[in-house]
Amino acid sequence: MLGAFVLSFTDFDIYSIANLGNTRVVGLKNYHDLATSPQFWIALRNTLYFVVVGGPLSAAVSLIAAILVNAKLVRFKPFFRSAFFAPWVTTLVAMALVWRYIYHPQYGLLNAALGVVGIGPVDWLGNPHWAMPALILLSVWKNFGYNMLVFLAGLQSIPEELYEAAALDGAGAWRRFRHVTLPMLGPTFVFVGVVTMIASFQIFSEPYVMTQGGPLKSTLTLVLFMYEEGFRWWRLGFSASIAVVLFLLTLVGTLVQLRLQRHSAP
Amino acid sequence: MKARGRTIGLHALLVVGAILAASPLLWMVSASLMHSGEANTSPPPLLPHSPTLVHYRALFTSLNLGRYFLNSLIIATGGTVMAVLITGMAGYAFAKLRFRGRQSVFRALLAGMVIPGQVAMLPMFILLREMGLINTLFGAMIPVLAPIYGIFLVRQYALSIPDDLLDAARLDGASEFRVFRSIVLPSLGPVLATLGVFTFLSAWNDFMWPLIVLSDDARYNLPVALANLAGEHVQDVELMMAGAVVTVVPVFIAFLFLQRYYIQGIMAGSVKG
Repeated sequence: MLGAFVLSFTDFDIYSIANLGNTRVVGLKNYHDLATSPQFWIALRNTLYFVVVGGPLSAAVSLIAAILVNAKLVRFKPFFRSAFFAPWVTTLVAMALVWRYIYHPQYGLLNAALGVVGIGPVDWLGNPHWAMPALILLSVWKNFGYNMLVFLAGLQSIPEELYEAAALDGAGAWRRFRHVTLPMLGPTFVFVGVVTMIASFQIFSEPYVMTQGGPLKSTLTLVLFMYEEGFRWWRLGFSASIAVVLFLLTLVGTLVQLRLQRHSAP
Repeated sequence: MKARGRTIGLHALLVVGAILAASPLLWMVSASLMHSGEANTSPPPLLPHSPTLVHYRALFTSLNLGRYFLNSLIIATGGTVMAVLITGMAGYAFAKLRFRGRQSVFRALLAGMVIPGQVAMLPMFILLREMGLINTLFGAMIPVLAPIYGIFLVRQYALSIPDDLLDAARLDGASEFRVFRSIVLPSLGPVLATLGVFTFLSAWNDFMWPLIVLSDDARYNLPVALANLAGEHVQDVELMMAGAVVTVVPVFIAFLFLQRYYIQGIMAGSVKG
């Protein structure tokens, strides 16, 4: 971390790789370049889009899955739990490839399925409006199993007596969920929120494999931008300033979530 | 009657969910067994007309996938063994050994948990370059070697080892290394097993760091090789799906046999953490 910080104040580039002596301290120049780079603002916006839409969506899917699997009436619980968790253990690059074909405008399974219910073919990865939602869908599918297990652990730690007491007081299923389940899951929400957010800020493999940041830079993310600047063009100093921004965003996001939690706690 | 309807509805939802979750994986396997060009027909076929293994043969003969498979296996296995030893020692030291600055070092480590891994990649790359570790399989293992959450997990677990047991062994003249090997390691068994499966999984699936560190084609791990192949063989759906299957199968088999550890690890870690 300190290394990245120091690096971001230098002009470390391809010449420095040949000889470290070619590195100079350039002060805030990298940050100035960053602020005036249109690509950076696009990458920032795309990353925030992914974090703000994908994160809560993923958490919601995980919570629903956890509640369904945890329901008392359900049989074969371990089977469903494993089926939902399976995508999480797979290799992201391989899954990005699979989904690239699923999203194929002409031969893809998704459009074939949507065609059955009368929705016209969508060029998922070729349309700047749909490319990011497509990546979000892939990563929700890939990752919801993890948070589902976290929510399951939270649900199972809620004492049964609370539900019985609420039922005695005449609370229906929805009110029991609203006034017993949700408040008792408070700490779990913080954990899921922070972990999911940190992971979302780091999105890289999906756009690298599926879209290379396109079309029209609509899936260029901060880490992809950092990778290209640093390891394709070897501007490591400039790239480090992106890394520092990424770190600050993660830090602020984490602190905000912790603060929100403290305020909403009873 | 009402409960019965609800049970059926609940199971219907779960079955639909399970199908949605599993279908990309099932389609991957199915497409990998199709003949070239078969998947690119409309409407897309769900099952191969006459299953064939020709793509798997091509992967392991002309495309050298065996080499990448071996690289992945070395990176994941070597990384796991070292990570288990390092986190075991570090977690034990933070729990049981008294040394100056223990608390402050531990607190600094915990604070480091919020730093995204990618942030460290740039300085790490320069450091490894100076050490001559770029383009080595060992270099590709670096990110998994000392996971902070792992050290934290082991420390929590190690706190429960009775001090008397350790002191008794020391009185009997056992060296610190002996104490670690014969008392600490065995009692940390379960937590280290959980840690091991997670480390193996993340080392096997790691993509960005190997992509940066491994520049020589012969040293690629499976994900990097696969992404590279996808660039050249974009149209060969069936071939790429066979490659995806080969990449996923080892971790998937590991998951089927060791899912107890995955599930316990996640559920325990989140409640305590």
